[in-house]
Amino acid sequence: MLKKFLDSFFFYSFIRDPVAVGSFLILAILFITGFGAPVVAPHNPYDTTTIDIMDSELPPFWISGSDERFLLGTDSQGRDMLSTMLYGMRVSILIGLGAVALQALLGITIGLIAGYKGGRFEAFLMRIADVQLSFSTYMVAIFFGALFQAAFGMGLYEDFAIPMLIAIIGFAEWPQYARTVRASVLGEKKKEYVEAARVIGLPSTRIMWREILPNTLTPVLVISTVQVANAIMSEAALSFIGLGMPITRPSLGSLINVGFDYIFSGSWWITLFPGIVLVILILSINLLGDWLRDFLNPKLYKG
Amino acid sequence: MFAFITRRVLQAVIVMLIISLLGFAIKQSVGDPVREITGISVSAEERERLREELGLNDPFLIQWIRFLGKAVHGDLGNSFYFKRPAFDVILSKAPATLELVIATAILVILFSVPIGIYAAVHPNAWPARFFMGVSIVGVSIPVFLTAILLIYIFSVTLGWLPSFGRGELVEIFPGWQSGFFTIDGLAHLVMPSAALTSIMLPLFIRLIRAEMKEALETEYVKFARAKGIHPSRVLLLHAFKNTLLPVITVGGVQLGILIAFTILTETVFQWKGMGSMFIESIERADTSLTVAYMVFVGFIFVVVNTVVDIIYGFVNPMVRVAGGK
Repeated sequence: MLKKFLDSFFFYSFIRDPVAVGSFLILAILFITGFGAPVVAPHNPYDTTTIDIMDSELPPFWISGSDERFLLGTDSQGRDMLSTMLYGMRVSILIGLGAVALQALLGITIGLIAGYKGGRFEAFLMRIADVQLSFSTYMVAIFFGALFQAAFGMGLYEDFAIPMLIAIIGFAEWPQYARTVRASVLGEKKKEYVEAARVIGLPSTRIMWREILPNTLTPVLVISTVQVANAIMSEAALSFIGLGMPITRPSLGSLINVGFDYIFSGSWWITLFPGIVLVILILSINLLGDWLRDFLNPKLYKG
Repeated sequence: MFAFITRRVLQAVIVMLIISLLGFAIKQSVGDPVREITGISVSAEERERLREELGLNDPFLIQWIRFLGKAVHGDLGNSFYFKRPAFDVILSKAPATLELVIATAILVILFSVPIGIYAAVHPNAWPARFFMGVSIVGVSIPVFLTAILLIYIFSVTLGWLPSFGRGELVEIFPGWQSGFFTIDGLAHLVMPSAALTSIMLPLFIRLIRAEMKEALETEYVKFARAKGIHPSRVLLLHAFKNTLLPVITVGGVQLGILIAFTILTETVFQWKGMGSMFIESIERADTSLTVAYMVFVGFIFVVVNTVVDIIYGFVNPMVRVAGGK
């Protein structure tokens, strides 16, 4: 199995592309340290008993006045920056993946049904998708964030911040999937194997999910990587304007937000370190996604 | 054509109805207007009478229609915090946002047109590759991070530029405080507009490059070249002129992205525009103002999009046919 993978064209072209390998390695390190945060991180930022306010705003190790316990310095509450960032990255990635899973579920279901059944229902759903896309996902996400917070109140919103954010971002971005899936379903459903499946009397749900869907997964895979990066960006933006994760369980976006207040007193590391991590995370996902798109769809490459 | 316009306008109306319904539902579910008016020292019967008088006991649908009727006349309710009509509050903040957007638009046009044309004409030259690479990085950096970086470099470290607010303002029209005419106001404008430009510019460079490439492949450009017309004249008058329309229409659709990024930029720079007002209204639980902003921005957005679509429909008949299926 492994040998087959190593011999495949996929692996061959991957290993020949230094940008793809580099971004994959960086991404792997970020994911492992992020999800392994409880093991890897030197401190636990959620454990308030270990935090001492006297340790607040200590600089990273290369600046005088630093403390060797805190490699990258501390934030305004005396939390270790490195540990807080690892935990924050875990929250960001979790929300990103969760939101993409939700939008894929919504978008694929709607796109599949709309593309296969057609008719008024399809026209209606695709109109909604068009209108929502024209508003841009950021605007929809910010508006839904505001609506959710107004409807549930600040306390409840912060208690359930992760599922709320997954729901908001997932709902804001489903049209991307719906459109992609529908477009390829429209192409697939005229092909002979679908006709054959229909002739032998398979029920239409089976044709949709078992026959057509597997053949539409390539474009879905291509947009998925970019969508994860978008979802992480949206989460950071929402957290930055105070509609996201509370500071007690920060994500990268809320860390940047809190740290921003201290930039004027010279403590730049509180806001810039999470910012750098966020950019590296998004950039490596995007570059990997670019490579994947070029690999799966060579025709696009020249355009 | 008539059918196309009707369909687009009808769609716009439906979108506005949905936005207002969402906004109104939120307004209903939070806060009790009677308590805001009366305070605590009013008897239960008195409250009930007031409820009846204000029509708060009517069915949801009737109240919504009443809300719509008022909204059409520009009455979007009162802001709890400012104790003023929400619509007036929004209008008083509009000039600040508009100036930021105008400054950004000027910067975007100034840079995206030459870079986009250059990248289309010489796609493999190293400056073109460099610009495209930078634009990928630019898209990956969230606008608030660019803004923070600018503040750290130019305000905190170098101390060249002011980091928040709008600076010294001059009143050019009643109600329009402009920062365009003072040195201080312009200095305050530099970083916010630069941050906003950094995120909008890559979008437009890519758009112009793609459209321009397509135009350069057409027969009329080849013919103009064969005729011996000066190359720069072919580029600007023949090819670029024909890319303008798609660029403007697709650019118009970017309005939603622009609005979202304006909110973020204004928050960082404490720019007293509509975006930061919106975020503050959420923080203050000023639901009335939050909803009013959404309805207002939704309205502008829907109008712009519909007009852009209709103009595009006039020029490009294919859109009409495609929309007609």
